[in-house]
Amino acid sequence: MDLVIKNGRVVDPARKIDDVVDVVIRGGKIASIGKPGVADLPQFDATGLVVAPGFFDIHVHLREPGTEEAETIASGGAAAVAGGFVAVAAMPNTKPSNDNPSITSYIISEAKRSSPALVFPIGAVTREQKGETLAEIGEMVEAGIVGISDDGKPVMDSRLFRRALEYAQLFNLPVIQHCEDLNLSKGGVMHEGVYSTRLGLKGIPSSAEDTMVSRDLILAETTGGKYHVAHLSTRRAVEMVRQAKAQGLNITAEVTPHHFTLTDAAVAEYDTNAKMNPPLRSQDDVDALRKGIADGTIDVIASDHAPHHANLKMLEFDRAPFGITGLETAVGLAFTELQLPIGRMIEMFAINPQKIMRVTPWGMFEGSEAHVTILDPKRNWTFDVGKSRSKSRNSPFHGREMTGKAVGTIVYGKVVHEDRS
Amino acid sequence: MKRKDLLGIRELDCSEILEILDTADSMQELSSRPIKKVPTLRGKTIINLFFESSTRTRTSFEIAGKWLSADVVNISMATSSVSKGETLIDTARTLDSMSADCVVIRHASSGAPHTIARMTKARVINGGDGAHEHPTQALLDALTIRQRKGTLSGLKVAIVGDIAHSRVARSNIHLLTKFGSDVWACSAPTLMPVEMNHLLTENQGRLHVTRSMDEALDQADVIMMLRVQFERMNESFFPSVREYFRHYGLSRQRASHAKPDAIIMHPGPINRGVEIASDVADGPHSVILDQVAAGLAVRMAILYLLLGV
Amino acid sequence: MTLKPNYQLMNAAEMHGTLNRLANEILSAHAGRDLVLVGVQRRGVPMAQRMAQTMIEKANVHPQLGILDINLYRDDLTHAAVQPIVRRTELPPDIDDKDVILVDDVLYTGRTVGAALRALTDFGRMRTIQLAVFVDRGHRELPVEANFIGKKIPTKDNEVVEVRLTEIDGEDAIYVMEKA
Repeated sequence: MDLVIKNGRVVDPARKIDDVVDVVIRGGKIASIGKPGVADLPQFDATGLVVAPGFFDIHVHLREPGTEEAETIASGGAAAVAGGFVAVAAMPNTKPSNDNPSITSYIISEAKRSSPALVFPIGAVTREQKGETLAEIGEMVEAGIVGISDDGKPVMDSRLFRRALEYAQLFNLPVIQHCEDLNLSKGGVMHEGVYSTRLGLKGIPSSAEDTMVSRDLILAETTGGKYHVAHLSTRRAVEMVRQAKAQGLNITAEVTPHHFTLTDAAVAEYDTNAKMNPPLRSQDDVDALRKGIADGTIDVIASDHAPHHANLKMLEFDRAPFGITGLETAVGLAFTELQLPIGRMIEMFAINPQKIMRVTPWGMFEGSEAHVTILDPKRNWTFDVGKSRSKSRNSPFHGREMTGKAVGTIVYGKVVHEDRS
Repeated sequence: MKRKDLLGIRELDCSEILEILDTADSMQELSSRPIKKVPTLRGKTIINLFFESSTRTRTSFEIAGKWLSADVVNISMATSSVSKGETLIDTARTLDSMSADCVVIRHASSGAPHTIARMTKARVINGGDGAHEHPTQALLDALTIRQRKGTLSGLKVAIVGDIAHSRVARSNIHLLTKFGSDVWACSAPTLMPVEMNHLLTENQGRLHVTRSMDEALDQADVIMMLRVQFERMNESFFPSVREYFRHYGLSRQRASHAKPDAIIMHPGPINRGVEIASDVADGPHSVILDQVAAGLAVRMAILYLLLGV
Repeated sequence: MTLKPNYQLMNAAEMHGTLNRLANEILSAHAGRDLVLVGVQRRGVPMAQRMAQTMIEKANVHPQLGILDINLYRDDLTHAAVQPIVRRTELPPDIDDKDVILVDDVLYTGRTVGAALRALTDFGRMRTIQLAVFVDRGHRELPVEANFIGKKIPTKDNEVVEVRLTEIDGEDAIYVMEKA
């Protein structure tokens, strides 16, 4: 596809660009940046907007294969581009689990067929994510995975996790861990704290996450593996990651928008749209996460988009499944709640995700695939869950007013989403 | 009663609680009449929707409804419907299609009655939800205390047992502190919820949390013992019944730390020799049987106040 | 709904005199019988107590006393603007074959008496049930009449007869009020 993005503020921290210039795209690749604009190409007017390398959400649950009533690769992809993401990394806890190359290939071909966003599958660490034996990681790499994780679940067995960290190095794959000691968290449905006591709900203590982060960091250090902590949620975990990075370990960490926006008070009158794992925690934890974002301890913002059919969320709190959607609110919440310099925003949404995952990078340089996200940091808008492109409606952010939005998403030079309202 | 539902004690104010207690006082004599029937709720349909089995509470509500001439239906939601994935909204819709005037719900999940109440026209009474609240129990306990002590204010009340899993403890704490009594919540460290001392958002100073039974019982006016569930042993909350009784069971010797005229209460059913010694449960200070009678009166009063207009 | 006083029907002295007369009439009608004076909550209760006191002092007759709250038996519950407070009911256990006098302050539509009769049938089989009231203000909606009447007066629909008793209201007086 050919396109000229005109007059936008082009910001790419990795290539040290921050300038109001035109971007010329030819044949789906970036042809030139900054050279005088060409009149005969279709135009995208980016006056007053920010033009960034395409955003990449590295923690998303597309429910295909297996639970297509909640989300498909097609609908998830549509929600992604509506949220400003050119690409998502899809977690393997589908039914069946993505633990072998046939499922990986299916996901990739289905995404090519029906998803406006790029879909990079993440393979399982263990067969069927049972945490017993390693999955065929090498075969899956051939088929196109960009990382491994048993997300949804942790790898509880320390010896097995050590093996995964060692083996993944063959392929330069990141090993992504959902940190939760299942014995400490057993039966819990929300953060263990004053609110769980008041509501009479079983709690998931912070120690369930912290003990596993602690163990994993030691294993990362002793194996030299590439380790990534998914959805950090506690003060102690942030601190441990900070210290590990200071020691020079090859580790990275992510946070979700709901974890830096909401606290466990959001459960209020047993609202199942405030039920997720790891749970929303205390104000103290939220403050620590924000500090971790500001000082670089946390590298990436990822949504952990977890769609569930409406019926399932209408169950009693104990029985409702964990998770909320997030692709379409992630960028807006980051703008509104964090007030980061635009360069840092782009680092966390576009640059760092590409460094962590095993992908061919894209960005504001000649010859790059033309994957671009257009941002309007000043746009005032309200999230209407009824208009979401996702098949699911489980979001606590319906009606939330935000300032800052992704208003254009371009994949291979094609405008797959545009919001001029 | 202005409220549509009775879901918990926390949101009630003292005047609402007193209205229930005073009405219950007046209605208690029904149980001594030769014909235990008044026509007040004739034509009203009350459904006991018990997702958790409970013979005592359910029977108490059933008798209360029948004495008031209502039509009472018991629905025991066996685990089979739960595993079939029937949602709470389906349950609420079923209730409305049966034109239920009132539903008494007991559920193992905290918050379930609240969710159903939002979705049905029927008046909802919380018969106990998870570890959250059991308002009718706290009200009958309050009635019993008031009948024996003449007041609900200025008392020292010790609540001893599995506080972490107890909705009875929470509801009682809300009620008694509202009226200006001091409540001492006492349990083994493994059975005390985190941040229990911050349970209340008002009258915080009236709630005291301790793991010392002697401290809790010292000069107490009321001792409330909670039931211990044997399953807790399997989950390593405490190693054995013998150890539990030694440290947190109410023996005669322990009970003597309280005031000489202290009353001993228990929501029932009691585990003799586990949380309470037999001779204490049957002794002169025990008001356990009064609680049952009070339960009937309180439930009649609540049904009358919700449906009698 | 606000009320303003229209006129005073009786003062304290007149009320004492009336209660004494009613007590005497009841004694004459039921000489030698086992009497139970059942005060209807709320103001019938002190009325019955005072009449019993008079019977004891003047005639050495000791009637049994009872208290009856009819709110659980009302047939017009759905029309009640404010949910009535349910008060105590206490009747002697051996009420069979006794002569019951229901005592109430005002007889108006007769529905309270209707409810009281429904209530009493559940307590046993009394020999007779009769009715004593302070004021009969007319406007019956049921076929009910009092046997012993303090004073009978015509009233308008927008009037209210208020019987005040020291035990409850701090003074003895009867006023006819008007709805403003």
